This record gives sequence, structure tokens and C-alpha cells, in this order.
Amino acid sequence: MSTTTVALNEKQRTPLRPARVLLHVFLVVTSLVWLAPLLWAVYAALRPYSETSDKGYVSWPDTLNFDNFKNAFQQSDMTHYFVNTLIIAVPAVVLTLLLSSMVAFYVSRFDFRLNIFLLLVFTAGNLLPQQVIITPLYRMYLLIDLPGVTASGKLYDSALGLVLIHVAFQSGFCAFVLSNYMRMLPHELTEAALVDGASVWRMYWQIVLPLCKPAMAALGTLLSIWIYNDFFWAIVLISTGENMPITSALNNLSGQYFTDPNLVAAGALLTAIPTLIVYFVLQRQFVSGLTLGANKG
Amino acid sequence: MSADITTKTPEAAAEPPPGPAPVDKRVPRGHQRLLTRRDRVALAFMAGVPTILHVALVWVTALASILLAFTTWDGIGFDSIQWVGLQNFRELFTNNPQFWPALQHNVIWFVALILIPTPFGLFLAMQLDKNIRFSRVYQTAFFLPVVVSLAVTGFVWQLIYNPDTGLINSVIGANKPGHYIDWIGDPKLNLWAVLIAASWRHTGYMMILYLAGLKGVDPSLREASALDGANEWQTFKSVIFPTLRPTNTVVLVVTIIESLRAFDLVYVFNKGAQGTELLSILITNNIIGESSRIGYGSAIAVVLLVISLVVIIPYLITTFRKERSG
Repeated sequence: MSTTTVALNEKQRTPLRPARVLLHVFLVVTSLVWLAPLLWAVYAALRPYSETSDKGYVSWPDTLNFDNFKNAFQQSDMTHYFVNTLIIAVPAVVLTLLLSSMVAFYVSRFDFRLNIFLLLVFTAGNLLPQQVIITPLYRMYLLIDLPGVTASGKLYDSALGLVLIHVAFQSGFCAFVLSNYMRMLPHELTEAALVDGASVWRMYWQIVLPLCKPAMAALGTLLSIWIYNDFFWAIVLISTGENMPITSALNNLSGQYFTDPNLVAAGALLTAIPTLIVYFVLQRQFVSGLTLGANKG
Repeated sequence: MSADITTKTPEAAAEPPPGPAPVDKRVPRGHQRLLTRRDRVALAFMAGVPTILHVALVWVTALASILLAFTTWDGIGFDSIQWVGLQNFRELFTNNPQFWPALQHNVIWFVALILIPTPFGLFLAMQLDKNIRFSRVYQTAFFLPVVVSLAVTGFVWQLIYNPDTGLINSVIGANKPGHYIDWIGDPKLNLWAVLIAASWRHTGYMMILYLAGLKGVDPSLREASALDGANEWQTFKSVIFPTLRPTNTVVLVVTIIESLRAFDLVYVFNKGAQGTELLSILITNNIIGESSRIGYGSAIAVVLLVISLVVIIPYLITTFRKERSG
């Protein structure tokens, strides 16, 4: 992936041997098998229900159009749920990056006794299955009254509640990754700044953070996709269907048009589009984020 | 964009660099004397706010799970909490027809993932690491299922498994009344049907982790092995696989945690009906269901917690020990 490998590629790319051809055949076939479920969904979504119920799903198409996509989008008011997701995901990603980079800065730049312990707490917390904490969390959210702050008057059933749990949960992973990253930055940088009388905040904001841009970009991409894709937290912590983010809303929405699998396919694919766009545009960031802190469960 | 730096980071950070790399240069003691009072306040704030949030929502609740597991509570007032000792656990172990199947399914989930998609992901990574043309295109295809949410994955696979309209039954002619194969409803089949969908996703995930690991394997090792006349399998077995040890550890931990967390797919498929019960599903159904029993649900959570900690603690100890000595 790095420049050195690219150079090697050019030099070492051997002429096609039979083994290579065989390998390509294998990879093409396997890739197609891997894409098949998604392509099948696209195919079903492009066909009118009347045609597939008449001719069966495994048949040559007479009509292919985007009607199912249009209907799925309009019937279930998807714009509303996309906005719900934005309201949750944007603050959650920004806050997670901000808070975890602050902890990472503290842990990696200052040798206080607490460091390893603090990092352990964060990392371990992130590895727990969500269901371990959900019962008390659910009760806690029901007990916390926030009249006037959230529409529901509680932390339960509110975007705020979801943002908080996303930030709390994901910051474990990000703090771990970022602290490793910051530790690789030369210590002289902050040392010099400190001697020059720069405040700790300035060291963080103007020196360390800009150097962490690649890691932050990778984590930001990863977090956006994870939080967008979250299903579990919203299923339990949101009770009003109207308040659900798109991924969890899909479960209810599919109930509305469950007699029409083509429409379900179209609806499901529509919710996947934003993640696919982010992935294709920021593929490098996503993949490097994933491997950067490969301890993620 | 600084893509070049980004792409170099995975190898650098996925595992702490081997040898005496200067990762952990201790800051001299005198450092702290330079801090003003304002700096101290700033530091306390920077470390404190995230920690409080994380501890309050993750660790306090985890502890609460443990405590509540020994009580019964209707969730209304704190004074209605009653200590019942081990009663919840006794009932769970002896009197819940779903508990042991659920535990068993979590174990099957792990065994299936580690035996099939994980080695296959490694195999794909090995092939894609051979300076092959179109490597990126293939990678994208295999990795796509990891990007798509599990909820969407569930719906997509239902189009394949549906007894009436699904791809499989349509192809094999089992979509007529009387011939139905109910991939999602039949308790003998449904776990395997879900596991195929889960494996579809897991393969790509493992492939990416192994690809990053393979980038860290010193090419001269491979050359030396080739010079010694070792064939591909021998090179893999005695040279490459041993050097992938750090990646293998991560892969093992990720796979175990994924098997314990497994939820979304099953919930979308059939809400964990007979045949696909999982611990995570039992806990969630206990909350969402009409007869929510807090203590009882927490007892299941404690079982899940104990299993997770058996994995998490040794992993963290080795990781952090390495970091300290690194």
C-alpha cells in the first residue's frame, strides 16, 4: 500500500503465468459470489412486484425501473429518518474524536501514575458486549429526567441519549488508538513548547492535534460508518418509531411493506447508500482506521 | 490529502513496533514543575470529562448489572429492590429452556467463524498480497459486506432465504407448498443460515486484518525461504504464519467478541426465535418484552460479562505489558 510497495509492483510484476491466470479466475469467481447477495437485492429491487409474483424471482426481466426505490423512499418518509441519523451521528462523531483525543493527549504526554490504568479502563470498556450494560443503562435512561431538554423529557427515547452512549462507548477504542499514535510523535515537540511557556491546551490544540490528522481522519470515517450502522442501541433506547435513526427504523419500515420483498430490498439498499458512498470516497481512511486499532470487536 | 501517511499508519500502529523502538520515552520528572495552575485545571478537565462519561455509562452500568443480578426489582422505586442471592442464577440455569441453547449457539457461532471464514479470509489475504493486478478491486468486493450494516445484511439475505420468494428455494424448486424449506423458521436450519450470512461478512473483515499483518512481514524472510527451496505451503507454515502472531491474537479476540456481541443479524432474521437464541437476544428480549425482569436479565448479562472478561483480561495484560516493555 505504501510507496515502496508500489515501486516493487512495477519492478516485480511478472509476465502472466498459468498459475497467475488460475488465481485471477478464482478471485473473479469468488468476488462475484461475494457480491451476489447484494446484486440479487439490486435485481429484485429494480423489478415491479407484479412481475416477480407472476413470473417468479428467477426469471428474465421485462421491466427494470427505479419505482420501488421511489416508493420505498416516499412511503416511509426516509428523509425524516436520515435527518434523525444526522442529528445523532454528527455530534457523536465530533464529540468522540474530541474527547478521546483529549484523553489520549493526557495519557501519552504526561507521566502521571494513572495513565496505564486509565487506558486499560477505556480499552476494556470498549471490548465489552453492549448487552452486558444494556439493562441498567435502559433503567438509568428511564430514571434520568430532563424536562425541557429532550422532547421525551427523559434521556430515554432521545437523540441526546444515543449520542451520549455512542460517545462513551466508542471513545474507549479511539482513546486507545490515538494514544498509541501520539506516543509516536517526538517528545521534543511538546517539550519545547512547554519550555517556551505554551499552555497545555495550546500544546494539545495547536501542536499535537494537527499532527494527528491522519489518525483522526481514519477514525472519523470508521466512526461515521459504525454509528450510522448502529442498530442495537437505538432499538432498545428509543421507543418512538419516529425518533429512530434510519438503520433501526428499517426494522419497523420493513413491516409496513413486508408483503412486497422488492420494496423491502429497495428500502434496505437505500439505507446502505450513504455508507457505500463514504466507503468508496474514503476507502483508505476506513481500512487504515480498522487496522490501526485492530483490537476493535 | 495526506493519504500516504495514512496508509503507512496501520502497520505502524496495529502492533507496537518490534525491538527497542523508542515508543515509551518517559517524560522527565521536571516536566510537571513547569505546569501552571491553569494547566493543571485544563489537564484535569481533559482527562476528567471523557473518563467520567465513559465510566458512568459503561463501567457503572456493568457493575450495576452485577449487583442487580442478585436482586429482584420492578424498576419503579429504588426501595423496591430486594436482595435474592443466587435465585436468578438458579432459575436461569435450571428453569430457562432458552438459556443453554443460547449459550451453545454463542459457542457454535464462535467455532464456525474461527473455522471457516477466518482461515478463508487469511487465504484471500495471502492471494491478494502477491503483487497481483486488480488487487484493490477484489479487496473492495470482499470487504463490501463489512461496510454495509448488519441490519441491511439481514434483509438482503432474507431475499435469499425466503421460503416463497427466496433465491435458493426458487432455484432448487422448493418454493411450492408442500416442498418448502424454511431456512429462517426451521430450528434445525436457521442458525446455519444466519451463520452463512455472518461468515459472508466475517471473511472480509479477517481479510483486511490479515492483509495489514502481511504488510508487516519482512520480504527478505520470504526470499530466504524461497532460496532454501521451500514451496508456498512450507513458506507459509514455517515462515509467514509464525510472524503473523500479533495479528492472530487480534483476530482471535475480535472473533470471540463478535460472537458474544452477535445480535443484529439474528434480530432482523427472526428476533431470536427457536433455533437462533443467543445470550444477547435473551437479554434484549427481557428488556423489550412485556414482562421485563431486571434482576433476571442482569443475571444473563453477568454470564456474558464473565465470558467476555475471560477473553479481555488476558488480552489486555499481554498488550499492555508489551507496550510497557516496548
